Amino acid sequence: MTYLKKLQRYFASVKLAVTVLLLLAATSIIGTLIPQNESPAAYLREYGEFVYRMFSLFDLFDMYHSWWFTFLLVILTINVVVCSLNRLPATWKISFPKIRPFNVSRFRDLSQKEEFTANGSPETLKKAYRRVISRGFRYSRLEDTDKGFCIFAENWRWSRLGVHIVHLSVILFLLGGLMGSIFGFDGSVTIAEGESAKSIKLTNTGKPHGLDFEIRCDDFNVSFYDSGAPREYRSSLTILEKGSEVLKKDIIVNAPLSYKGIRIYQSSYGRIQPKELTVSLTSGKTGKTYKKVVLIGQGFELPEGRGKFLFKGVKRSYDFRGRNLGETFWGLLTPNDGNPIDVMLPLRFPKFDRMRKGDLTISVVHYAPRYFTGLLVKKDPGVGVIYAGCVVMIMGLCIVFLLSHQRVCIEVVRSGNTSRVMVAGTADKNRIGMQKKLRRISRNLASIETHDTVGGPRAQNTRVVYE
Amino acid sequence: MNSANLLSIITFVYGLAAFLYVGAWVFKRPLAGRLGTWTAFIGAAGNTAGIMMRWVESYRLGIGHAPLSNLYESLVFYSWAIVVIYLIIERKYENRIIGAFTMPLAFLAMAYASLSPNINDQISPLVPALKSNWLIAHVITCFIGYAAFAVAFGTSLLYLFRRKNTNGTLNPLNHLTDSKALDELTHQMVMFGFLFLSIGIVTGAVWANSAWGRYWGWDPKETWSLITWFIYATLLHARMMRGWHGRRIAFLSIIGFMAVIFTYFGVNLLPGLHSYGS
Repeated sequence: MTYLKKLQRYFASVKLAVTVLLLLAATSIIGTLIPQNESPAAYLREYGEFVYRMFSLFDLFDMYHSWWFTFLLVILTINVVVCSLNRLPATWKISFPKIRPFNVSRFRDLSQKEEFTANGSPETLKKAYRRVISRGFRYSRLEDTDKGFCIFAENWRWSRLGVHIVHLSVILFLLGGLMGSIFGFDGSVTIAEGESAKSIKLTNTGKPHGLDFEIRCDDFNVSFYDSGAPREYRSSLTILEKGSEVLKKDIIVNAPLSYKGIRIYQSSYGRIQPKELTVSLTSGKTGKTYKKVVLIGQGFELPEGRGKFLFKGVKRSYDFRGRNLGETFWGLLTPNDGNPIDVMLPLRFPKFDRMRKGDLTISVVHYAPRYFTGLLVKKDPGVGVIYAGCVVMIMGLCIVFLLSHQRVCIEVVRSGNTSRVMVAGTADKNRIGMQKKLRRISRNLASIETHDTVGGPRAQNTRVVYE
Repeated sequence: MNSANLLSIITFVYGLAAFLYVGAWVFKRPLAGRLGTWTAFIGAAGNTAGIMMRWVESYRLGIGHAPLSNLYESLVFYSWAIVVIYLIIERKYENRIIGAFTMPLAFLAMAYASLSPNINDQISPLVPALKSNWLIAHVITCFIGYAAFAVAFGTSLLYLFRRKNTNGTLNPLNHLTDSKALDELTHQMVMFGFLFLSIGIVTGAVWANSAWGRYWGWDPKETWSLITWFIYATLLHARMMRGWHGRRIAFLSIIGFMAVIFTYFGVNLLPGLHSYGS
């Protein structure tokens, strides 16, 4: 055998398939025990210098994209392709032959068969038998013989191609994955409410990647259940091309935005300094309460000519006499005559400012929280191929597991006034099921009364012959 | 009576059924076997009722969703699937010995769910990532697959432990005296499980793509489900192409089920996006 033929046989072999599948299974375990794609510092801490170097050598920290894992996948692909090229032509010829070949003697030689004697001559049985068989099989034909007749029938001949359909789906998966990693990208971006972004940060390299459109976050909203668990993350996004709005969509987790083959997913969020707040100012002298909507960072006039105020920002926590008062707004009050003083306004304690005993008691009534939204921005042209592979795989598996190529032969031979009937069959899968079917057919046929006997006895001697 | 209480009771019903089946096999008592079947039926009915009740209860709380969203709910569904598949097999093959090897699995799953202090049986609202119709498709298909593999595990154990009567007569519970038929049943359960596991992995990938933007991320849960898939694919190739049968198939089926268990429980001990299962 030539070297090429040996190679071909090796690459088409089941042995190779089983070996590679088990190697893939075993090595995949490693990647679940060693966390993937963490920072080098974390690994050094966990494993120490020596082990870290060893693992790095084999790319164990990103092993599913390593050269040797990819190599295993490539071998599997070659295996599947060569196996299909090898066996498919023959299977195709068998599945769609010009004439369906049936050989009575082959059926006679089968060990699984039923035999019985039916009342009446073959001619009287023909029509009824034909009807029974055609009900159970999609293809059937009757051939007259010199001693009687034969009925040949079969089902699902083309189901032998099922295996190749499944293998095709494996090829589609590998192809789709390849397309995605070569022609796609995977990145993220954070956008504050009201702002927009034109480029994203790639996940694997950390480098920036420009987009040919702009993403603007008009609004972000997060809602919670009573338990405190998150209920929904929602971003209102607008896509702009050359400054003009082309698409507006709200996205939530599980409902991304799709534009020009690029998909934008809701991933995370964070809080940033609020901009606008409503402040209430109560005058000590007149007792009047004023409400104003102001911006942080923009000074405003206090009512009753009490000076100016400027909100500087908000602190997460504020320690006052040993107690943490929580979220606290911080501002600068500049009276008309005098130096500016710091004013602290804890949100949870609206009457706190009374202690200052100023002309006005200030409190923050309301502010709109401001967020930034964390988006994943991805392009994967291989997804369509992957989905096609999914559909093909499921269909292929259904064909392989649920359908089998069943063939039967009913031979009826004259024997005096009666007929000897043989019911024999094969299937390429599920022999036990085929056996049951043959028995059922045999019983059905045996229970047919012929025109010869009027209300007479049924067929006798249903003898079961099998292995 | 709420769903959690009912399901706790069903734990003991399954335990009784398992006890009866094992007793029937060990002591060769057909009556115990028949009682086992009845007990299992009652348990399955109660299990079904428990799941439906929990679904309704979640709507009453205003956070309505299918009861498939956490470890407790998945364990309850898993037990249900094992018992239902087993009872169908028992009916079809008229054999109760398999029950001695599968009912204990259903009992263990239910017991873990109902009795372990580590498992929270509160009905909680769905976090954003779980709000998808794919949740139902993915969880149901995966667990039907796991259940079929559990039954295959049972038949494989039975194959390895099967006993012939000392005087060669038929064990009255064992219409399935033919070892070949038992081996074939293991193969059929593996095919059924493999089909559903494949659909489960596929629906998981489609869902992951809509939620996280990638259909496959090699996270521990995904990777281990693939490992399980590879092992059973090996079994199918070895059987269909190399004619492996009997003990070899039984061993592969057992190894495959070990992978199923690790995929289900073991991965929660590893870090990753999928650990919300605990």
